Amino acid sequence: MSNVEDAKQSAMNSPLELAPDSWAPGNGPDPLIQHNGGRIGASVSRVDGGPKVRGAAPFAAEFALDDMVYAALVFSTIAKGRIATLDTTVAEAAPGVVLVMTHRNAPRMRPMPLFGTSEKAAGADSLPIMQDDRVRWNGQAVAVVLAETREQADHAASMIRVTYETEPATTSFEQAKANGTETAHLFGHDVHIEIGDAEAALAAAHVSVDATYRTPYQNHNAIEPHATTVAWHSDELVMHDASQLVGHQAWSLAHIFGIEEEQVRVTAPYVGGAFGGKGLWSHQVLAAAAAKLADRPVRLALSREGVYRLVGGRARTEQRVAIGAGADGRFDAIIHTGTAVSGRDKAAPEAFAFPTQSSYAAGSFQIDVQLAYQDMVTNTTMRAPGEAVGSFAIESAVDEVAVALGMDPIELRIRNEPDNDPITGRPFSSRHLVEAWRAGAERFGWAKRNPTPGTVRDGEWLVGMGCAAATHLYVRQPGGAARITLTSDGNVTVDVAAHDAGMGTATAQGQVIAERLGLEPEQVSFRFADSRMPGLVAALGSSQTVTVGAAVAAAQRVLVAELLKLVGHDSPLAGLTTEQVGVLDGGLAKLDEPARHESYTSILAGAGRDEIAVEASAPPPVEMMNWSMHSYGAMFCEVRVNGVTGETRVSRFLGSMDCGRVLNPKTATSQFRGGIIMGLGLALTEQTHFDERKGRIMNPSLAEYHLPVHMDVPEIDVIWTGIPDPHTPMGARGIGELSITGTGAAIANAIFNATGKRIRDLPITPDKLM
Amino acid sequence: MIPFTYTRAGDAAEAVRLAGRGDVKYIGGGTNLVDLLRETIERPAALVDVTGLSSAIEPRGNGGLLIGAAVRNTALAEHRDVRTRYPVLARAVLAGASGQIRNMATVGGNILQRTRCAYFYDTEGSRCNKRSPGQGCDAIDGFNRTHAILGASSSCVATHPSDMCVALAALGATVHLEGADGARTVPLTDLHRLPADHPEIETVLEPGELITAVELPPLAAAARSTYRKVRDRASYAFALVSVAAALEVDNGRVKEVRLALGGVAHKPWRAWAAETALRDGPATTRAFRAAAQAELAAANPLPDNGFKIELAIRTITAVLGELAGSDA
Ligand SMILES: Cc1cc2nc3c(=O)[nH]c(=O)nc-3n(C[C@H](O)[C@H](O)[C@H](O)COP(=O)(O)OP(=O)(O)OC[C@H]3O[C@@H](n4cnc5c(N)ncnc54)[C@H](O)[C@@H]3O)c2cc1C
Ligand code: SF4
Repeated sequence: MSNVEDAKQSAMNSPLELAPDSWAPGNGPDPLIQHNGGRIGASVSRVDGGPKVRGAAPFAAEFALDDMVYAALVFSTIAKGRIATLDTTVAEAAPGVVLVMTHRNAPRMRPMPLFGTSEKAAGADSLPIMQDDRVRWNGQAVAVVLAETREQADHAASMIRVTYETEPATTSFEQAKANGTETAHLFGHDVHIEIGDAEAALAAAHVSVDATYRTPYQNHNAIEPHATTVAWHSDELVMHDASQLVGHQAWSLAHIFGIEEEQVRVTAPYVGGAFGGKGLWSHQVLAAAAAKLADRPVRLALSREGVYRLVGGRARTEQRVAIGAGADGRFDAIIHTGTAVSGRDKAAPEAFAFPTQSSYAAGSFQIDVQLAYQDMVTNTTMRAPGEAVGSFAIESAVDEVAVALGMDPIELRIRNEPDNDPITGRPFSSRHLVEAWRAGAERFGWAKRNPTPGTVRDGEWLVGMGCAAATHLYVRQPGGAARITLTSDGNVTVDVAAHDAGMGTATAQGQVIAERLGLEPEQVSFRFADSRMPGLVAALGSSQTVTVGAAVAAAQRVLVAELLKLVGHDSPLAGLTTEQVGVLDGGLAKLDEPARHESYTSILAGAGRDEIAVEASAPPPVEMMNWSMHSYGAMFCEVRVNGVTGETRVSRFLGSMDCGRVLNPKTATSQFRGGIIMGLGLALTEQTHFDERKGRIMNPSLAEYHLPVHMDVPEIDVIWTGIPDPHTPMGARGIGELSITGTGAAIANAIFNATGKRIRDLPITPDKLM
Repeated sequence: MIPFTYTRAGDAAEAVRLAGRGDVKYIGGGTNLVDLLRETIERPAALVDVTGLSSAIEPRGNGGLLIGAAVRNTALAEHRDVRTRYPVLARAVLAGASGQIRNMATVGGNILQRTRCAYFYDTEGSRCNKRSPGQGCDAIDGFNRTHAILGASSSCVATHPSDMCVALAALGATVHLEGADGARTVPLTDLHRLPADHPEIETVLEPGELITAVELPPLAAAARSTYRKVRDRASYAFALVSVAAALEVDNGRVKEVRLALGGVAHKPWRAWAAETALRDGPATTRAFRAAAQAELAAANPLPDNGFKIELAIRTITAVLGELAGSDA
C-alpha cells in the first residue's frame, strides 16, 4: 500500500474534527493539519485546464450577447489640461457606428469609490470618468465609439479629432519630489517607524553600507488584456468581466450609477491572469455607461496599448537602505526610507519597506515611505506590491553587508534571524526560514560558490551565485463567506464569490472541501466569481485560499448542526452535538466512537430532503492581530554574465519556500515558478518607458516592453519546508506573490558575485554591466 | 485603419502593372505593414499582394545565389546552400523576430521593414519627422537608448531594425528591382538612405518599384562567417548592436574580411573603414579592436546610447576573434 493509501485508510478510521470557530489564541490548530485523507497535498491538475485547452472557457470578451455592439476608445495625448475641440462628426457618420460617447453626452455618474475607503469600494482611483472636459493623465479615455463590429469601432475611433489646451503637469519624478511628498498610509497607519536612534547607530557601527536603490515603473501584462461585456436589463446591470474582485465591483458600480447593489451582477468565470491589475478601472464604467446610452449590450476589449493607457502598474521607487553591523554581523541599525511615485488618491502606496519590517533583528530601525504625486495613470497593486521592489533593496543591502564583513550571506542572515517580530514584538505564527536556507543551500550546492567576485569564468562568461530572502505578509480577508449545498446524492456544491485567474483556486478548494467534508473529489463542485454568491473576497494579497478555507469551515459547522437536527431518533448520531461529531467517509461520526456513523445521503433520505443549503461567514481574522504572520523563502540563483556584451543569463534558480502547508504541489509549484519568472523580469528586463516630458508611456506593447521570453528562463527548482502553520486554516499561508520577492535581489547579488559590479538600478540591462 | 483595395499579383510584371505609380503598397507577409496600417502610419489606397512572386532560391552561374523576393524568412534560414555557404545570413535571419513572424515574413518585406522608433509608432501622441515630415523629432531629446550612433541627422536618429539586411550588407548582396521604367539592380548597401533632411525617404526605390530578388555574390570567405546580436533579452528583441562578419585568414594575415553592423544606423551599416584597416593586416585581437575603433570613430552618441560605441567595438572584436579562431 502506498503512503497516500495508508494515510487514507487511517483517515477513514477516525473522524475528522470540525475546524475551530475562531482563529484566536487558545484554539487548537485546524484539525485538517493532522489529517491526511490524501486529497490535500495531492498534485491535482487544474480543473480549468481542460476547458481552456479546448477553447471552451468563456473569457470576458467572449460572452456573445444578442444585439451586442463593440466599443473602441480614444485616449488623450496630453497629461493635463482640457479638451479644446472634440470633433466626432466624421466618426458618427462612419459605417456601422451606433454612437460616440464623450463628456458631452455621457450619463451622469459618480466617481469610482476608492478601494480601501469603504468595505466594498473597488475603484483604482476616484477621478471623474468622462464627466467634464478635463484631462488628468496622458492616455485617459476621451471618447468611446460603439459600432456593429470591432473593426468599424476602431476605424471610427481613428477619425475622431481632439485638440487640447494643455496645463503644466507634474510628469517628472524630480519635480514630483520637489513639489513635496506625503507619508504613505497603509492598513490604518503611516508607514513611518523609528525604534532607537538608527542614524547614530549606523554612524557608530563597525561596518556600514548606505546606498540608494531604484526600481522603474512597470506595467501589468496579463496574457488576457482587460475586457468586459455588459448589458442593462432595464435598470439591472450585468457585467461579465476580467475581474479579481466581483463583489466589491458590483457594489461600486451600483454606487457609481446610483442603483442598488442587488441590481448589479458581476461575473468573472475565467480570467487570464490578474496580478493585482484587474480591479475596477475606468473602462468598465465607460462600457456600462455606453451600454446605457445605446440601450444595447456592449463588449469592450482593451488593446494591449489600451491596458497601458488606462490601467496603472507598479510605481517607480527610489529607496535608501543603510545597515550598520557589528564585527559579529549583528545588525545595529537598519534604515529603509525613500519615495515612491503615486496617483492623486494615494490609494495603492508602493510600500517598499514592508520586508524590512519583519525580516531581521536589529538594534534600531528607521522606516519611512514617502509618496510623490505625478500626473499619470494611477499606480496600483502588482504582484507583491511593496515587497517585490523593497526586497530588492533590503536584500541587496544585506548582501553588501556580507561582502563588507567578509561573511557568508546566508550565515549573516541567519545570525540576524529575529526571535519575535522586530517591530511589533509579536511572536511569529510559524517561521522556519532557517530550515529553508539550510535545505536550499544543500540542494543548490551553495558550498561550491566562490565568494570572491569576478573569479569564475567559462569562456566569455562570468559565473556567479547569489541568494536573497523572500517574504510576504499573511492576510486573511474579513469578508469570507460560503454557501454549501448538499444534495441527496451526497454531492456538494460550494459557492463563494472568490476568483480563479489561473492560480488554481478552484482546484485547491475542491481538494480542501473534499477532505474537510469527507467526500470524493468528484462529489465536490466549487463555484465562484459571481457577485451574487456569498462572500466579499478579492483575489488580492495571496489571501484567497485561507479566506475561502475559513469560510467553508464556518459553513461546515452550520451544515453539521443542521444535519444533526435532521437525524432521526434511531440514527447512530441521535442526540449528538457538533462538538461531539466529526466527518468520516461521506458522513458524520461520533469522534470517540466512529462506529456511530451515518452518511449524508442517509441523513437526507431519512429526513425526506432533496438538499440542504447553509451559508456562513468566517470568523474575523484575529490571528493577524496576535501573531506576526508571513510566508518566507530562500532564493538561490546562478547567473552568467557575458564579459564582452554585459548580457545576463540566469542559468539556475531554486526557491526554497516556507509557506505553511502546501495544498497542491502542482499548482503551488506553478505559482512559485511564475513569481520567479516575473522576478526575473523585474531584475533584468521589465521597464515602462515613461516619457517625462509629456507623461506618456512610449512602449505600450509586448514587443517593446520586455517580459522574459522562454530563452531567458532556466529550469526553476522549487522545494518547501512543508511545515503547517498552526494558526491558519488548513495550516496554509499565501503563496501567490511570495516568490517574486527576493528574486530580484538574488539575481543582482549573483551578478555581483559574477562580476564584482553592484547594480542598484533596475532593470539590469547589458549596458549597466559593460 | 483606412479602407484600401487588395489585389494579388501572379508575378512581378503583374505586380508592377497593378501598382502603377499610384498610392499603392506591396504586401509580403504583412508582419510589418499590417501594424503600420493599423496605426494609420501607412495609408495606401491599394495593396498588391506579392507573396506570389518567386519564392525560389537558385544557384547562379557565377557561383552566387538568387533569392526570390517572396522567399519566407524561415525558408531562407533553412536552405542548405545558405546555411553552409553563407552561415552569417542564416544566423542573422534566425536572430530576428520569432518563429511565427519568420514563417510569414518575406525577403522583400524584411528589407523594407520600417524603424521601431517608439515615437514613429505613436501616431497621435508624438512628433516624428519620418511619419509627418517637418513635425520635429521627439526621440532626439527623448528615449533614444536604442537609436543610431552613426550617420544620423538632426531630423532623425532612428535605426533600421533588420537583422537579415546586416548580413546581406556584409555579403555584398545586390537587390533586383522592377518598375514601370524597367528592371535594374542596386547594391543592398546603396538601397537604404541615411536620414539627412528627409527621413521619410528611406530607400532609393522609385514609387511603384518592386523588389523581385536578392542576389548573393560568390564569396569564399563567407563559409567562415557569423552573426552576433546583442539585445536586452535572450530572444524576441531588436538589436542594441549586431555584427555580421566573414573572415578569411591566411598565415596569420587577413586575406578577406566583411563586416557590417546593425542597430547603429538608419541603414545596415557596412563597416568599410574597418575592413580597409584590416585587409592584408595581422589577424590579431589588437588589430581587430583598432579596426573597430576606426569604424566607430565617426560615432555620434545621443544622451542614452553612448554605450553602443564600446559595445560595438567589443562585439566586433569578439566576433572577428571567434572567426579567426586558432588562426589568430
Ligand atoms: C514583434 C516583432 C518583432 C520583430 N523582431 C525582429 C527582429 O528582431 N529582427 C528583424 O530583423 N526583424 C524583426 N521584426 C520585423 C520582421 O522581420 C519584419 O516584419 C518582416 O521581415 C517583414 O516582412 P513581411 O514580408 O511581413 O513584410 P510586409 O509587412 O509585408 O512589408 C513590409 C514593407 O515592405 C514592402 N514590401 C514587401 N514586399 C515587397 C517587395 N517585394 N517589393 C517592394 N516592397 C515590398 C511593403 O510595402 C512594406 O512597406 C519583428 C517584427 C515584429 C512584429
Ligand atoms: S528618430 Fe526618426 S523615426 Fe524616431 S521620432 Fe525622430 S524622426 Fe521619427
